[in-house]
Amino acid sequence: MKCSKCSDKAVFQNPNLCKKHFIAYFENKVKNTIKKYKLLTKKDKIVVACSGGKDSISVLYLVKKFVKDPVAIAIDEGIKGYRSKTLEDLKEFCKQNKIKLKIYSYEDYFGASLDKMKKLTHLIPCTICGTFRRYMLNKYSKEYTKIVTGHNLDDEAQSIFMNLLKNNLEISARLGPETGLIKDKRFTPRVKPLYFCTEKETIAYSLLMGFPVTYTECPYSSLSHRMFIRDSLNSYENKRPGFKQTLIDGFIKTLPKLKKHFKTKVTTNSCEECGGVSDNKICMTCKLSKEIKNKSLYKNKHNLNT
Amino acid sequence: MKIFIEKTNKNMNKKFIGTVGKLLSELKINPETVLVTRSNELITDDIRLKDKDNIKILSVVSGG
Repeated sequence: MKCSKCSDKAVFQNPNLCKKHFIAYFENKVKNTIKKYKLLTKKDKIVVACSGGKDSISVLYLVKKFVKDPVAIAIDEGIKGYRSKTLEDLKEFCKQNKIKLKIYSYEDYFGASLDKMKKLTHLIPCTICGTFRRYMLNKYSKEYTKIVTGHNLDDEAQSIFMNLLKNNLEISARLGPETGLIKDKRFTPRVKPLYFCTEKETIAYSLLMGFPVTYTECPYSSLSHRMFIRDSLNSYENKRPGFKQTLIDGFIKTLPKLKKHFKTKVTTNSCEECGGVSDNKICMTCKLSKEIKNKSLYKNKHNLNT
Repeated sequence: MKIFIEKTNKNMNKKFIGTVGKLLSELKINPETVLVTRSNELITDDIRLKDKDNIKILSVVSGG
């Protein structure tokens, strides 16, 4: 298969491009997304949420081309044999590219790693992890104007489908290249420069650029609903190529109407404990951390192994 | 042919001559979820493989 732009051999298909033209195609797509949706400006003080995987390392590299001195932030959930590996890649990448990296852990902030929390509650780890990670990212990003995340087209397609299956259009209304419905000083806006890049394109880019990315799978991923949706969408994509792209193109057209509709219904209540946004008196983070602390104290008091 | 499947961290030897697409089909791997390299260079589904090739099947789906 030849590159559609020159006579060189293609290294990627759909679109069929050689190494040089694929890198240009990917970087242009990110640049166009940033410009079209005004995701970043030169005045922005940016923090990039990083896991150390292909998406966050690619987005960190590209953001550094657009804004001055972005800072990388990583949350160490404490998942043995998983997060430690990706954080090593991230440390190495930041060192090579002279990017300041800040790492915060569940162990230090909540008093226990995710592995330990899993043993203490009946909840699936992905629920705890999603809630706590979002909370900590927001907490440690207050001094910045925007949080950049590495969410790609596949992530967004999965979220849209999951929300449809939960009959929760309000959460979908918060999606898009820039997340959220209203400006609220308690939240740092999140932007997704890889919004129109597929997962396959992103890993091809990171491989062709020679980024240090090790494949690792979270040991809890099989418990996650998202993984089931991901596999279903990929099966359908194999039968109907272009399906995920069409889904996102359709969604982005309806998104302004969805945001307008749900804007008026957004809660501005505060959690009585931490002051964060919450529909209830106590937010999910405070509720979960209290439950975990109580169970931990109970087990320690009764000499139970955790 | 030497084949390494990243997702399962599995190495295998297989007698095979045909295209990358046919190999993935034989291994029951959805091409949407992988990238394939030969001697560490990305290759497309139409490339014909030889029995002496060294193939890696890399997972593109996020692991977490």
